[in-house]
Amino acid sequence: MAAVKIVVDVMLKPEILDPQGQAVSNALPSLGFAPASSLRIGKHVELELEASDEQAALEQAEKMAETLLANPVIEDYTVRLA
Amino acid sequence: MTPRIGVVTFPGSLDDRDAQRAVRLAGAEPVALWHGDASLHGVDAVVLPGGFSYGDYLRCGAIARFAAVMGTIVEQAANGLPVLGICNGFQVLCESHLLPGALTRNQHLHFINRDQRLRIESTSTVWTSEYAEGQDIVVPVKNGEGCYVADEKTLDELEASGRVVARYVGGNPNGSSRDIAGIANAAGNVVGLMPHPEHAIEDLTGPGTDGLTFFTSVLKRLVDA
Amino acid sequence: MTLDTVDRATQTPDEEQPFLELGLKDDEYAKVRAILGRRPTQTELAMYSIMWSEHCSYKSSKVYFSREFGRIPKGDSMLVGMGENAGVVGVGEGLAVTFKVESHNHPSYVEPYQGAATGIGGIVRDILTMGARPILVMDPLRFGDADHPDTKRVLPGIVAGIGGYGNCLGLPNIGGEVVFDPSYQGNPLVNALCLGVMPVDRIQLSAARGVGNIVVLLGAKTGRDGIGGVSVLASATFDDDGPARRPSVQVGDPFMEKLLIEACLEMYDAELVQGIQDLGGAGLTCALTETSAAGKSGMHAYLERVPLREASMEPHEILASESQERMLAIVTPDDLPSVLAIAEKWGVLGTAIGEVTDGDRLIVTWHDEVVVDVPPGSLADDGPIYERPTARPADQDALAATPLPDYPTATKELLLRMVASPNLCSRRWVVEQYDRVVMGDTVLAWPEDAGVVRLSEETNLGIALATDGNGRYTRLDPYAGAQLALAEAYRNVATTGAVPIAITDCLNFGSPEDPGVMWQFAEATRGLADACIELGIPVTGGNVSFYNQTGTTAINPTPVVGVLGLLDDVTRRTPMGWREEGLTLLVLGETFDELGGSEWAWAEHRHLGGRPPAVDLAREKVLGEVLVTGSRDGLLAAAHDLSDGGLAQALVESSLRHGVGAQVEFDGGIDAFVQLFSESAGRCLVAVPAAYELAFTQLCGARGLPWTRLGLTGGDSVDIDGVFTAPLAELRAAYEGTLPALFGPLAGATRDAPAAPAL
Repeated sequence: MAAVKIVVDVMLKPEILDPQGQAVSNALPSLGFAPASSLRIGKHVELELEASDEQAALEQAEKMAETLLANPVIEDYTVRLA
Repeated sequence: MTPRIGVVTFPGSLDDRDAQRAVRLAGAEPVALWHGDASLHGVDAVVLPGGFSYGDYLRCGAIARFAAVMGTIVEQAANGLPVLGICNGFQVLCESHLLPGALTRNQHLHFINRDQRLRIESTSTVWTSEYAEGQDIVVPVKNGEGCYVADEKTLDELEASGRVVARYVGGNPNGSSRDIAGIANAAGNVVGLMPHPEHAIEDLTGPGTDGLTFFTSVLKRLVDA
Repeated sequence: MTLDTVDRATQTPDEEQPFLELGLKDDEYAKVRAILGRRPTQTELAMYSIMWSEHCSYKSSKVYFSREFGRIPKGDSMLVGMGENAGVVGVGEGLAVTFKVESHNHPSYVEPYQGAATGIGGIVRDILTMGARPILVMDPLRFGDADHPDTKRVLPGIVAGIGGYGNCLGLPNIGGEVVFDPSYQGNPLVNALCLGVMPVDRIQLSAARGVGNIVVLLGAKTGRDGIGGVSVLASATFDDDGPARRPSVQVGDPFMEKLLIEACLEMYDAELVQGIQDLGGAGLTCALTETSAAGKSGMHAYLERVPLREASMEPHEILASESQERMLAIVTPDDLPSVLAIAEKWGVLGTAIGEVTDGDRLIVTWHDEVVVDVPPGSLADDGPIYERPTARPADQDALAATPLPDYPTATKELLLRMVASPNLCSRRWVVEQYDRVVMGDTVLAWPEDAGVVRLSEETNLGIALATDGNGRYTRLDPYAGAQLALAEAYRNVATTGAVPIAITDCLNFGSPEDPGVMWQFAEATRGLADACIELGIPVTGGNVSFYNQTGTTAINPTPVVGVLGLLDDVTRRTPMGWREEGLTLLVLGETFDELGGSEWAWAEHRHLGGRPPAVDLAREKVLGEVLVTGSRDGLLAAAHDLSDGGLAQALVESSLRHGVGAQVEFDGGIDAFVQLFSESAGRCLVAVPAAYELAFTQLCGARGLPWTRLGLTGGDSVDIDGVFTAPLAELRAAYEGTLPALFGPLAGATRDAPAAPAL
């Protein structure tokens, strides 16, 4: 068994409205920044798992992402080694 | 002359009219201030009301602090302008660095609205001078991100200098460090408070009238000045 | 692919179209072709399929609206009736209120948080559309069994969604319902009610009139949200096309809605709006057709001007999109700059997307190509209407004949189990997640019988609102069940001292294609209409939600009724709990042996059978009058209606409210268990100061309202002489413990400082 560091990034699906990203995006020009052509906000999850190998850890994290970390109805996720 | 107290409306402010009513019932004249207007229109004090300014997206108060009116408020606060930030207003004051620390998501992760008992810990601010030290009051609390946090050193300093204005009693509704419900700046003219005194100003609509004293305190100070 | 224009449709009359997949029947499709004199374009087909769906056209229920609700007198105070977005009722002092309850059941099951949140957003826009400032929301909710694993997924999400959206809008949530029943497993009911207030002369209507007037789209950008059946079109034409084109969940942005509310109200006050319509189900399709149909006008919309979230959207997607937080306003060309300036002030997108035209055609173009050319009335008003077959369900008589379990002896243990049961226990876990005090006018909110809100600080004019529904009663007898729902909401409103003046309803039923369900619907609407006539109270509008079922099993038929009451002076409102000892406790009305469909039968035995309590609307009316007069004359210290759980539940709730108990003595006659747990209608528990006891009982006597003296308030228990003594501490622990045990500890509860009772 080894400790494997994994990163899960969760983003709203592209077709889903991101009110948070939109509000932040709209605020940028009022602070003097150039407007962003796209700005979306997601969640970044760092995990450390005990697993037999990296592949097993990734599979475990994949399941976690699918069932808990992301809401597959409205969110996509990616799982990768840190 | 009746003192004039400004209440700022940001996009997403919700308790602005309630704060205006509290100002009026206390005997002062409420003045509506607009986030995009840098002028304070000569008001004698300012209330930053509760709500979800800019939807509270990113972080509560994070976007509101850059509003034009905030620049003037930060400047005037340094000259002693009385400023009370309630709930979202408290968050804006922290993001603006007029007050130390930050407000984070309630420990239990739920929005919570209930009548809450508070102890007034400091009567040396312009907003609490008419309370008795150690007085228990009941006002509604309602927030999703009301958990006050700061590093230990800052907390110790706040305690040592008597800048903890109010503390939760009989249950901490959001997990705030040391049960802190409100704090003041060193001069005592800027106060941030998570619970809502403007919702305890009439027996008909609130748990009582305990909250009105925040507004009569500053009024007395302004009249005496 | 080539754009399916009107020209192309004319040239290719025989091109096959996926109308069945879009939910149109053969004859409905033929009717579309007959109306247009050609095949519809792809975009038109999508529009007809949505507008003629059950959800938009009410095709199965429409006949009942005219047949049943059409019989109900409108009354003097109704300013705008059914047909507009919500009914409007005059309340005096130059003010009018508008209110409506609507369902968002199916979206809330798929994505509980967003489904419930957008349900609030939608009903709030309906109220805003009428010209009113929304001032409160309420949520009648129904879930599967409280301990079912899926309820643990659905309930917290729905509650958080309602709170997340409503709190961020700054609308107090002043009440509602939370009901658990396995019939809602797989099909929870999420109904949302909103009420708004306005000066009478600010009422807005949806009609688009005035040739040359501009059609302005306000609010959020348009994305691929909730494009339900229309995705069939996409999948039929774009087999292996890039982006996922399946319908997506609508995500609400309460911040945008708050800005939209303020912007619209500013436009109304400046008298800049000629007509307005919110975008909800069926999005632009519905708004364009309804405004032009209502104005008997033509309209030209330039679809390429609609601000999009995704540039790749097709015309039919733009028209069908259910993106939230949008409104469609009709303004004069002269006022357009002012309208756009107000939109900009509030940070809301405002875009002129079309104009009102001469004639009676709705023309939609996409970069100069005509993709829609239809008579708008054919979409909005001339949809199919069905008189669906009805049949009394085969098990209806057997259900009524099912004998009740044997009655037990009334004991403290039984009472503790009952107050802890999921349908009777405290709703604190839910309502503490809602802002109940914002706007500073909330006079009464949960756990009171009805919410009471002040409309005027100068005169203390105010309103009371309650919603009720009982699926079990309605399952046993849909006619009586619907009447009992109305009777209870009516009674709840009167209990606070308010005069009931109008109702709204949300009719939640199974599939209209099931004759048994349709019979339930017919019976329930007939019952409701008869009751409205007898009580002399008009229906201002509402909503029908069909297809609430899992597989072939329908939910218990659940008409939810909201009753609006008027209080000329909110300072005289009667609260549910007593604060003082020594007040006289009376039960108004009569208690019969009525436990069919009761909470006791369900909670203790999972038994549903027999007859629901008898309805006596004349009694309800007299009871209401006594409660209002008692409040006006200052005779009542507290009043609490008797319904689910009977007298026992009312005694416990009123005692726990301020921690003052009740000392009760039954004078023989009816068995103590029946006295405590019967759910006979037309009853209320009141606490009267001893000095007023005679005056109050004379008032009852003069109106022919029976009353029974129960005992006195006081002590730290609910004490039923010779039966049991239940200490308030034990009752509170039982009453408050259930939902936190199921859904997690109450916010802020700690071991040394348990969640405090209301102060």
